[in-house]
Amino acid sequence: MLAAIMAAEESGGGLAYPPIENLVEWPTWFGGELGDSLYGFNKIALISVLATLVTALLFFLAGRGRKMIPKGMQNFGEICVDFIDKQVVQQAIGHGGEKYIPFLISIFFFVFFGNITEVLPGFWMPANARMANPAFLGLLTLVFFVAVGLKHQGPKYFINVGFPPGVPKPLYILVTPIEYLSTFIVRPFSLAVRLFANMLAGHILLVTFGVLCIALFSASLLGAVLLLSFPMLVALTAFEVMVSFLQAYVFAILAAVYIGGALHPEH
Amino acid sequence: MSTLATVATFAQNTVELEAADFKNSQAATGAGLAYGLAAIGPGIGIGYLVGQSVQAMARQPEAAGMVRTTMFLGIAFTEALALIGFVVFILLKFA
Repeated sequence: MLAAIMAAEESGGGLAYPPIENLVEWPTWFGGELGDSLYGFNKIALISVLATLVTALLFFLAGRGRKMIPKGMQNFGEICVDFIDKQVVQQAIGHGGEKYIPFLISIFFFVFFGNITEVLPGFWMPANARMANPAFLGLLTLVFFVAVGLKHQGPKYFINVGFPPGVPKPLYILVTPIEYLSTFIVRPFSLAVRLFANMLAGHILLVTFGVLCIALFSASLLGAVLLLSFPMLVALTAFEVMVSFLQAYVFAILAAVYIGGALHPEH
Repeated sequence: MSTLATVATFAQNTVELEAADFKNSQAATGAGLAYGLAAIGPGIGIGYLVGQSVQAMARQPEAAGMVRTTMFLGIAFTEALALIGFVVFILLKFA
């Protein structure tokens, strides 16, 4: 019986899963060679530009005409700064890390707005599900914490990184390469891959359930399953909103941890 | 009857597997295994981590903020392994 229904659905509506290129690659709108998606301006670039502009506009509006008693946008801006200060900087860097709030808040909001377009109608695509954005952010964090290390420890920073104190001398043969590898290569790589894979996985999950719901909607008997799969799609959308926020938070707090590690040599 | 025909066609197709098909099937199997195996360790790890964090928060509610931050850090590090498995899955399946 079930096999017959399945066969009927197969010939009639059917479930056609789109190839992965259709999920993440977007046509070039202008710029670059036609058909060459490497340098053209497409949806991902638009989302990145919008994320930058919205972040800048938000804090421009919040900081304009500051008053002792905040209201409107200033309230929102103060909540954001307070959140980054209390939940990220004080936890990961400690007292004295307040001057890194601007960098961390920019990172946080750029990542968050790049993520949240995953569930925004009209976009339906997280900009961070393409490797270019997370890779750039990872490299930016690497450059930033190395610069902080060089500023606070001088050129000795590169020695301090490879030679943590309290290790027996012969073990440095093992420890030093591992430390250099984990600090300068694994850190930006894992930052980028964590963000990228989370957003790509969420995007594919939403697409899978969306395609499934459309296929079930046009199905005859199996359509009863729609009662289960559509609430699941709604729940997953809510879950992805949470993931968007959490990934931005994790990115910011890891950047803060790396900056805090570069501030003072280990002892 | 139609089921028999389907089985017969399937058997015939199996015999006529070409090298490319074989490679694709191997890649698909490997992709499934890669993600499945990569999910085991981080699953256990995150479960243990969050369980212990909840216990710590319940025992000492005033330290909840600190524990929560550290918990998210730990989750981020542990989760990275599963995500690398997912990337390997994508690479095997689609690249």
